[in-house]
Amino acid sequence: MLYEELDKDVRYIEGLKACLSCGVCTAICPAAEVSDYDPRMVVNIVQQNDEDELEKLLKSDTIWRCGECLSCKTRCPRGNVPGYIIQSLRALSIETGLFIESEQGRKQLAVKRTVGDHILKYGYCVYIDEVDNDMYPEQGPVWSWLRKNRESMLKRLGTSYRKDLSGTLRNTSQESLDDLKKIFDETGGTRRFEKIEKFSNAKADELDIDFKEGKDDYFNYLYNE
Amino acid sequence: MTTRKNEIWSNYQKEIADDHYYFARSCIRQNFFPAAENLYIDILRNVLGKDVFDDARQTTCTGIAYHSGLLPFETTMTVIARQFALMNEAGYENFVVSCVTSFGLYVETLETWKHFPETEHKIRKALKKATGKTFEIPKNLVHASDVIYKFREGLAAKIELRLINKKTHEPLKVVDHIGCHYAKIFPQAGIGGAEYPYVLAGLIDEWGGEQVDYPERRHCCGFGFRQYLLKSNRGYSVTNSKKKFDSMLPYKPDLIIANCPGCTFFLDRWQYVIAEQDGKTYGENGYGIPVLTYEELAGLLLGYNPWDIGLQTHQVSVEPLLDKLGIKYDPVMKYKGLNGEDLGKPEQPLVLKCI
Repeated sequence: MLYEELDKDVRYIEGLKACLSCGVCTAICPAAEVSDYDPRMVVNIVQQNDEDELEKLLKSDTIWRCGECLSCKTRCPRGNVPGYIIQSLRALSIETGLFIESEQGRKQLAVKRTVGDHILKYGYCVYIDEVDNDMYPEQGPVWSWLRKNRESMLKRLGTSYRKDLSGTLRNTSQESLDDLKKIFDETGGTRRFEKIEKFSNAKADELDIDFKEGKDDYFNYLYNE
Repeated sequence: MTTRKNEIWSNYQKEIADDHYYFARSCIRQNFFPAAENLYIDILRNVLGKDVFDDARQTTCTGIAYHSGLLPFETTMTVIARQFALMNEAGYENFVVSCVTSFGLYVETLETWKHFPETEHKIRKALKKATGKTFEIPKNLVHASDVIYKFREGLAAKIELRLINKKTHEPLKVVDHIGCHYAKIFPQAGIGGAEYPYVLAGLIDEWGGEQVDYPERRHCCGFGFRQYLLKSNRGYSVTNSKKKFDSMLPYKPDLIIANCPGCTFFLDRWQYVIAEQDGKTYGENGYGIPVLTYEELAGLLLGYNPWDIGLQTHQVSVEPLLDKLGIKYDPVMKYKGLNGEDLGKPEQPLVLKCI
């Protein structure tokens, strides 16, 4: 069942040809260097064609450790792409709801409620109004000063901040936002977001953590801890 | 020092259109370096005399969400298809992408369609149904840094300064950092390929500086998409940047330049974090190593006022670099707002020396 779904995914078809387990992907991998992650093992499990092992992988933290730098694509002598396989596994983990079984998988709700929701609200993944120093302390004092004085500074720097013009930091028109929403509806983006919210709600109830919307208790738990 | 290694890049070349560009903005660059993209357009239009279309209708490509495992590839490809349609409607054929993540995804989308024509058909159908739009694939698709690379010699003829230390008359030592998705996914899409990307090194050579060839030169900055986006996971990001800083430190770089908005941001901000957490600084006398985008460097050498092109929005102070280059600047105007409005100054970090 799970393999049938993977076989439909172009990322999976492109990402896995035949792996000789040489381990070059793990040697070059920045995630393997800093966390319990081994792309060679991921590929090894996936090509065993064992449904139970695949299900365990989809329920694990492992598939969420990759940073998608795709250095593995450059290096694999057989043309495999562990980073693409990870994309397929993550998609399947969300589709099946198995992502809520791992600490790292559960955190997808926090990613959805920041970058994901920003796309449909601002037309971009990131917007200055949402990036405060509490959530992003590494931004440092210059950013804090810029945010505080953004009305004046962003004009001084010639941006179109909050204006209905072309240019930097402009408002995205309602027509463009509507196009994005319609594309999300048509291509599965909206459904993916709904699944993340639905399964996360069930997990939050199980953990007895308050679940509403936006930056609620469950979001803060996932984002910070 | 010129070695054979410095020449290997020349085997990897690509076509970069000469004029008439449709420009796609970056989610990260427009927020964290808010004057950089306008500077880029100004250099192309007013220094090089090129035609650039800045479209109010374009949006994110969704790349950060896609690489965080949040969106189906179909959604991202259809958003990209919409951008192509907008380019067609504006009457352009040459697509220039400001963001390296986006550039990688645009190339990936076109490559996927080559291998899976049925996917292209599906995306065309989805775009038409969702928005009524149709599209033609761009004749030329490049990253914004490719265009500066193409015109590096013409810019060299116009620049007022060289990358030379005014006091010692030695070339400045410049680290080039290339975003992973510029050429690691598709080496043929980048000048110099994955191993020897020359898109920024070419600027350093042409403008009189010296490349720093340090061991971790090709290592990722550590963005990691979801790894940075979650506060709990940011150790991944800072650890990878630190690995690079530690590796470049013995070479005493005067400057870092990057072609990826995210990399520029991380290499700037993580120096602040490492200083405050570990007490370690990488520049001279307790400062950091200034980190610039390629157009910010071009702008400085062309004589733009550093405070007009947003260099005060970097956490690592750029003054040590300006002093080496012999650039005159007004320190009082650094933190002034519109019409000289007094906006106070940012707080001083405890360890990282800033001006």
